[in-house]
Amino acid sequence: MSAEPDVHEEFDARLKAYEGRPAAVTGVGKDPVNAPMIRHWCEAMGDTHPAYTGPDAVAPPTMLQVWTMGGLSGHPGRAAAYDELLGLLDEAGCTAVVATDCEQEYLRPLRPGDEITFDSVIESVSDRKTTKLGTGYFVTTRTDVRAGGELAGTHRFRILKYAPARRPEKPRERRPRPVVNRDNAGFWEGVARHELLIQRCTACRALRFPWLPGCNGCGSPDWDTVEASGEGTVYSYVVMHHPPFPAFEPPYAVGLIELAEGVRIVSNVVGVPYDKVRIGMPVRLEFRRYDEELVLPVFQGVAP
Amino acid sequence: MNAGDRLPPLEIPITRTLIVTGAIASRDYQDVHHDPELARQKGSPDIFMNILTTNGLVGRYVTGHFGPRAELRRVAIRLGAPNHPGDTMVLTGTVEEVDGDTATVRIVGVNGIGRHVTGTVTVRVPA
Repeated sequence: MSAEPDVHEEFDARLKAYEGRPAAVTGVGKDPVNAPMIRHWCEAMGDTHPAYTGPDAVAPPTMLQVWTMGGLSGHPGRAAAYDELLGLLDEAGCTAVVATDCEQEYLRPLRPGDEITFDSVIESVSDRKTTKLGTGYFVTTRTDVRAGGELAGTHRFRILKYAPARRPEKPRERRPRPVVNRDNAGFWEGVARHELLIQRCTACRALRFPWLPGCNGCGSPDWDTVEASGEGTVYSYVVMHHPPFPAFEPPYAVGLIELAEGVRIVSNVVGVPYDKVRIGMPVRLEFRRYDEELVLPVFQGVAP
Repeated sequence: MNAGDRLPPLEIPITRTLIVTGAIASRDYQDVHHDPELARQKGSPDIFMNILTTNGLVGRYVTGHFGPRAELRRVAIRLGAPNHPGDTMVLTGTVEEVDGDTATVRIVGVNGIGRHVTGTVTVRVPA
């Protein structure tokens, strides 16, 4: 651990040695200043300034850097020092780049037909900085842009070359917890034992689901339970596309399952593509564990 | 124009299209300006606007206000909070100084996460 600051100091010193060295020597613009690129720029920016169109058009001054861009094929004119510096930073893990500052002075307008050349120098390399994006170094270059050999503008540009900060993985969203109360606790205790319990009125023998404190038919508060056989059919269903809820990945089928015993329960239909679920489809009970504390009864589609 | 004048704000919806067309119009093919997956690998939640587009938008804002004769002389900007798709940036400006036909305008562009851009624009408006 104690060696680390020295390592950084030594590395920082190596980087500092690049200050004042050329970043580009007589770079040549890939395209002369031209009307199509001006038009595309104005279209993208939504810029309708009249000076940028028509027979006497000038290029938007803020395009200064555009004429020096290497595009996909890069710059043969870029001096070795700049590439070396960026290479050193890459090796140090600073593989990402973001521009932070741009200062441009416009000395004369650029017009279609102007041939662009430019020279660029590494003005400064910062100490190691920690930013929200990650830790890295600010590299500042200064470029003189010429048109037909005449100085047309200057461009100071600062980038941050950085090692991307690791984003903590988002904890996986968990399914909502069931609300367990004294009226339904017996049901969830059954689920924990992988039993799907149906309430039965001990007075009139009617089965009921979901669990309730009394019988809908005769009003008796007395009950016992019957364990469902696990056989059932899809009585009805919906397919959820939208909105997405945490822990659920749409589209998925939610079934109203009629159990062999005659009561109905809402749950997921699994093991069948969501668009293959049909009314009347036979299903079989299954207990699925969703996380360390949640087990739910779901229904597996049974191939006919 | 007088020192202290405020430019009316300009609201710019930051669409994915604006970010990508701006990057292409500026010949900037860095993946972070068009590829969300690679942008994420580099620590960003999504693609973000490149500095050249911000520069262009700041220039447009100032010349748009000062009219057809306005000429940009200098634009100096610093970026802060990135412009991601779905956000809106509101540009505001204040004239800081007037010297003959030339004005210096202080610019701020704020988005949903903070200050995207702060800067100074020098613009000449010949009579």
